[in-house]
Amino acid sequence: MNFNATLIGQSITFVFFVWFCMKYVWPPIMNALEARKKQIADGLAAADRGKHELELAAKKAADNMRDAKAQAAEVLAQAEKRAAQIVEDAKNAAKAEGDRQLAAAQANIEMETNRARESLREQVAQLAVAGAEKILRREVNAQSHADLLNQLKAEL
Amino acid sequence: MSGEAHTSGDYIKHHLQNLTFGQHSDGTWGIAHSTQEAKEMGFWAINVDSMAFSIGLGLLFLLFFRKAAKSATAGVPSGLQNFVEWVVEFVDGSVRGSFSHHNPLVAPLALTVFMWVFLMNFMDLLPIDWLPWAAGLAGVPYLKVVPSTDPNVTFALALSVFFLVLYYSTKMKGPGGFFAELAFQPFPKWMFPVNLLLEGVGLIAKPISLALRLFGNMYAGEMIFILIALMFGGGFLLGLFGGVLQWAWAVFHILIITLQAFIFMTLTIVYLDMAHSEHH
Repeated sequence: MNFNATLIGQSITFVFFVWFCMKYVWPPIMNALEARKKQIADGLAAADRGKHELELAAKKAADNMRDAKAQAAEVLAQAEKRAAQIVEDAKNAAKAEGDRQLAAAQANIEMETNRARESLREQVAQLAVAGAEKILRREVNAQSHADLLNQLKAEL
Repeated sequence: MSGEAHTSGDYIKHHLQNLTFGQHSDGTWGIAHSTQEAKEMGFWAINVDSMAFSIGLGLLFLLFFRKAAKSATAGVPSGLQNFVEWVVEFVDGSVRGSFSHHNPLVAPLALTVFMWVFLMNFMDLLPIDWLPWAAGLAGVPYLKVVPSTDPNVTFALALSVFFLVLYYSTKMKGPGGFFAELAFQPFPKWMFPVNLLLEGVGLIAKPISLALRLFGNMYAGEMIFILIALMFGGGFLLGLFGGVLQWAWAVFHILIITLQAFIFMTLTIVYLDMAHSEHH
């Protein structure tokens, strides 16, 4: 072990190496490592956020779906109610119209019947009178038997 | 590979000798051709091989890491960037675990220490004769390829760390606070000479243990590789046995070199953390 100026030379070399390493080697590598760490952390955070957002969206979608279903059910119920109402109304209207027409027809029939009966009565009376006249022309005076004829007319 | 003309002792000595450049005792400058000559050059000589390999490895480390740093993005990392990030995150984790203050110097320092020491240790896994033999062909008499088996290298690292410990101790606690930490504990204040002695030894022991631990481990590991390599000159059977041993030791050494680099880095972080803390 003999010491010589190598000791000094090595020390200077060492100082230079450390200086170079400290200035040009360590910082860029550490920066890159830090940047990557940050990138990864950001990525993970974004993934977490995305997951959270997905959960929220799923929840919202489920809510929307439920609302829509409820709304649809309501609309359907309303439509059914309305349809029933319309059918009911139509039924009522038809029935009323039917009744009305029936009543009108009946009235008509009655009127026609009455008229027919009236004219028939008239004709029968005339016929009877004519017949009677023909019979009685020979033996009965129309004037003298008018009472009887009128009584007969009234009975028919 | 001990060579026909050399003895085992020469072979070992040859492998433990740095390529030292300095002033010879006769006044001329040049490369030392023996351990004795290297010693006589005194302090103002330089181990060319240690410097060359350590600087080369350090530049290799900075080159690759700088390349990754330049193209570093937050996107999907490519192969090199992935590896570099893995190392950086490992070092960053160690710093976060052991260093509880804010100081932008510590993490790059730890990374440099870890990678540089690891690469220097890694040279130990190269078969020990390859590079010295190639150098010998090129006319270079000595070549020690593992810089961390040179105490100059490990002490330079440890002393630099120690200087930072002293600097931050003084900066964070003030000179008075630093002195109080050394003098007024663990015993009552009136026993401060004893405290100073205890804490002083503790303080000095930090860089010495740091340097010697790395040096000792790597030197011993290298020595075992050299001893195993000696077997290759001892006939076919011994050579085969040596080959198996070398493989086994190299596998075990992968653990050691990594562990030593890790320990050096961790202790650097811990010492600096202690320098920043108000209390032990």
